[in-house]
Amino acid sequence: MDNPYRPYPVRIDEIEIATEDKSLKTFKFVFLNEEDGEKFSHRAGQFAELSIPGKGEIPIGIASSPTEKGFVKFTVFKTGVVTSYLHNMKVGDIMGIRGPLGNSYPWDKLEGKNLVIIGGGFAFTTLRASIVYMLDPANRSKFGKIDVVYGARSPGMLLYRDELFEWERRDDINMHITVDGTDDPTWGYNVGFVPTIVEQKAPKASPETYAIVCGPPIMIKFTQPALEKLGYGDEQIIMSLENRMKCGIGMCGRCNIGKELVCKDGPVFTLKELNRTPREY
Amino acid sequence: MNAYTEKIRELSSNLLREGKVDLVIGFKQGTVPMATVPAIARTPEEAATFVWDANCSLNLANYLTNRTEKIGIIAKGCDSRNIVNHIVENKISREQLYIIGVPCTGMVDKPSIRALFDLEITQFKEEGETLLVKTLENELKIDKQDYLRANCRTCMHRNPVIHDVLVAEPVVEQTLEDPFKDVKAIEQMDDDQRWNHFETLLDGCIRCYACRNACPLCYCPTCFVDESNPQWVGKGQDPSDVRTFHFLRAYHCAGRCTDCGACEEACPMDIRVRDFTRKLVKDSLEIYGWEAGLTLDQRPPLDTFKPDDPDAFIK
Amino acid sequence: MKVIQIDKNDWNRGIDASRKAYHLFGPVTDNNQSMFKQLAPDQYPDMEKPDTIMSPKSVLFPQTEKLLGATLDPTAENHHIMERPETDYSPRAVIGIRPYDARAVALVKLNFDTPEYRDPYWCDAYAATTFVGLAVNQPSVTDFSTAMGSGPFAEEGLDALLVDAGDLYLAKVLTPKGEAFFSAAGFDTVADTDESLEKIEQLKNKAETAMGPLAVFTDKLAQKSILDLHGAPFWEDLAFTCINCGTCTFVCPTCWCFDIQDETKGNSAARFRNWDTCMSPLFTKHGSGHNPRGEKTQRVRQRFMHKLKYFLDKYDSGTMCVGCGRCVEKCPVNIDIRQVCNKMNSYEPQK
Repeated sequence: MDNPYRPYPVRIDEIEIATEDKSLKTFKFVFLNEEDGEKFSHRAGQFAELSIPGKGEIPIGIASSPTEKGFVKFTVFKTGVVTSYLHNMKVGDIMGIRGPLGNSYPWDKLEGKNLVIIGGGFAFTTLRASIVYMLDPANRSKFGKIDVVYGARSPGMLLYRDELFEWERRDDINMHITVDGTDDPTWGYNVGFVPTIVEQKAPKASPETYAIVCGPPIMIKFTQPALEKLGYGDEQIIMSLENRMKCGIGMCGRCNIGKELVCKDGPVFTLKELNRTPREY
Repeated sequence: MNAYTEKIRELSSNLLREGKVDLVIGFKQGTVPMATVPAIARTPEEAATFVWDANCSLNLANYLTNRTEKIGIIAKGCDSRNIVNHIVENKISREQLYIIGVPCTGMVDKPSIRALFDLEITQFKEEGETLLVKTLENELKIDKQDYLRANCRTCMHRNPVIHDVLVAEPVVEQTLEDPFKDVKAIEQMDDDQRWNHFETLLDGCIRCYACRNACPLCYCPTCFVDESNPQWVGKGQDPSDVRTFHFLRAYHCAGRCTDCGACEEACPMDIRVRDFTRKLVKDSLEIYGWEAGLTLDQRPPLDTFKPDDPDAFIK
Repeated sequence: MKVIQIDKNDWNRGIDASRKAYHLFGPVTDNNQSMFKQLAPDQYPDMEKPDTIMSPKSVLFPQTEKLLGATLDPTAENHHIMERPETDYSPRAVIGIRPYDARAVALVKLNFDTPEYRDPYWCDAYAATTFVGLAVNQPSVTDFSTAMGSGPFAEEGLDALLVDAGDLYLAKVLTPKGEAFFSAAGFDTVADTDESLEKIEQLKNKAETAMGPLAVFTDKLAQKSILDLHGAPFWEDLAFTCINCGTCTFVCPTCWCFDIQDETKGNSAARFRNWDTCMSPLFTKHGSGHNPRGEKTQRVRQRFMHKLKYFLDKYDSGTMCVGCGRCVEKCPVNIDIRQVCNKMNSYEPQK
């Protein structure tokens, strides 16, 4: 990037309501200039700044997999000025994307390993990217067993439902879908908080097994002891953090935890790394 | 050690020793000449480091907001009026407080003392009403009353209006022919002059918000300038945004400002921010006969409604 | 080492000559406030009062700076596509910058010019700038630069160092950029090197002696653990005193944190960056309302930890404090970083 503050111009290609309460929408963007799309080559776990001229920017995890070519996808929760504006935008509108930013899940280290993917709520985006990436026919053989624990408040709040149930039917991935609660008598999956389901369903630790955790601070807090109970060491627990960000390139100074910058040195850290830093996230 | 300091240490230490309060808020000596540090004492030993001099200019009521402990606090006239404000506005209760009142003879104006010298001040000593000020090459003895802060020169409430104990006999209050000469001079300007006056005034503002944060009235959980959804004010150095901050902050202090001068004291750029609030102090007095922070028994004029209000706007 | 001597009577002439090749910035007193500003065509740097309230950091890093702009007019072909505005990066010279402020520029560079990303705004301004320093003959009581890797006659980050030697300046030429500036100014009287260096050395010793022995210590900071310092008990009392304004961060020559804000006017949108401060609760407040540094204690600690520990650990280039003393002088409640630094340096956690 010559000017890391300048977003690539993109066009909104598709908008999909992602949850029953309509608070999340998935946006598919295509680059106005093809060469920008080529420069934007990411790894699962990275994020980007969605950039609306005159409104501002928001850092959002990239929901599409590097194996999905020709577009990038983000699932956005409507919360502040920029995201509210974005939720009202239409297909065809022009805006910007700046990235990819941050490190990613440590794919080099994860090759040949078993993986437990643990996600909660709408932080499932980069985990979706990771699952799609690993399930890609060119990549599936690079990984061992894959388990996924994903929970949301209610069945209607699960992201990427069609894909979840499709993965559920596959035999090369073990899905453990859960909801905090439901009054739907036909719900055939788990009921319970993510940390509880992790404790019950996730595979026991082995030197060949890594856990990737991405979710709201409270879920991260309670999932950590659940994994430790299963025997996971602090180098096998990999977490993706959120902090308030502006620049996304390690310069504006606000997202630090100790000397690490969540935007540039992270957002992915091992628990071992996090144990050395103040918990200011 | 001056008599005030001695008495403040004694009273504060006793309060803590006897367990009457959990902590005392006072001033400690600073690390550079003419500096004091608002500080907390939780033990008699800590209270024994408190000081009092003509540099204890900040307003300690600023440190009371939302505290839950039983607190001893050192209060000069203006601090005491802001304590009244705090009680009236339910930011603290009278029962929580033990007020050590300090009859005040004014605080010094640091910029005008600094302006006496080419070199920086290396030593400052107060001997009664005489100030001994030294630089590396120079030494002056000056009369404190000639170098008072502007708000101290027009102060009509040097004695604490509320207290549990006084550190000394009350001082004689000043009698002034016209405390609002400064405001009238601005009122008499024509529109252009007045606009220019305030433009020049705000020239150096860096929006550090020291004025706001030193002000005991500015305790809003989220200040309007920090609000982001909706965002009322731009965050940059655009003059219209700088103005908006100062204008609205001043109006938010109308009928509440005690003219304690903490805003000017805190400003790193020596901006005379009181040029805004003084006008509102004058208006409150002229329109409502109101001086802020004098009584616990009456609501401030701008937070009350009377059915016989002569203006129609509110009906 | 080349030393040029400049007769003070010839100073203004040289400054005027240099204006043909440089935009000049220097200390000026405006409306009673001393600041580093771009000099008007008839304005000269105030070499008698170069110790400004605000540091010269704004020359490279303005408090408000437009990063990008776009038109929102849907009929325009390039609508909603953000581009960098045209900015004049022709040569600038900062005259009279103090050595500690020049070190600050060198430290700030570590943030804006990194192996992964380069901030083009800061870096372009930096590349365009020549730093002509002025040694401190008479250090202020709040100057502790010698303890923080700089000093009254330090040369780091400078292209030339002027030393006030009474009727003349002795100018140490330190880089080709410095050489170019003096040549543009027509200052070309080469001084006797040995003699002038000896004179400079004398003045330097005098200034350092006036500062007294080092009273601020940083020697043990590197070996402390971040978590120990983070958990130290002294942050609470410090936070009580702090009124949480941004004065220390704004007057600081090394505080570089910024905010990015969009604004619109009619059909044009602009993205600005503004100085920000870690003292503000908004600095770290998440959209959800969660705030990892929601308490004043956390914010006060962050400022000192960033300057004196995190930066040190991250870059191994000393502390992010250059000892200019501005925050000590300007803090409304006299929080003194010298004391905090010593507390951190000597802190041993209770086992």
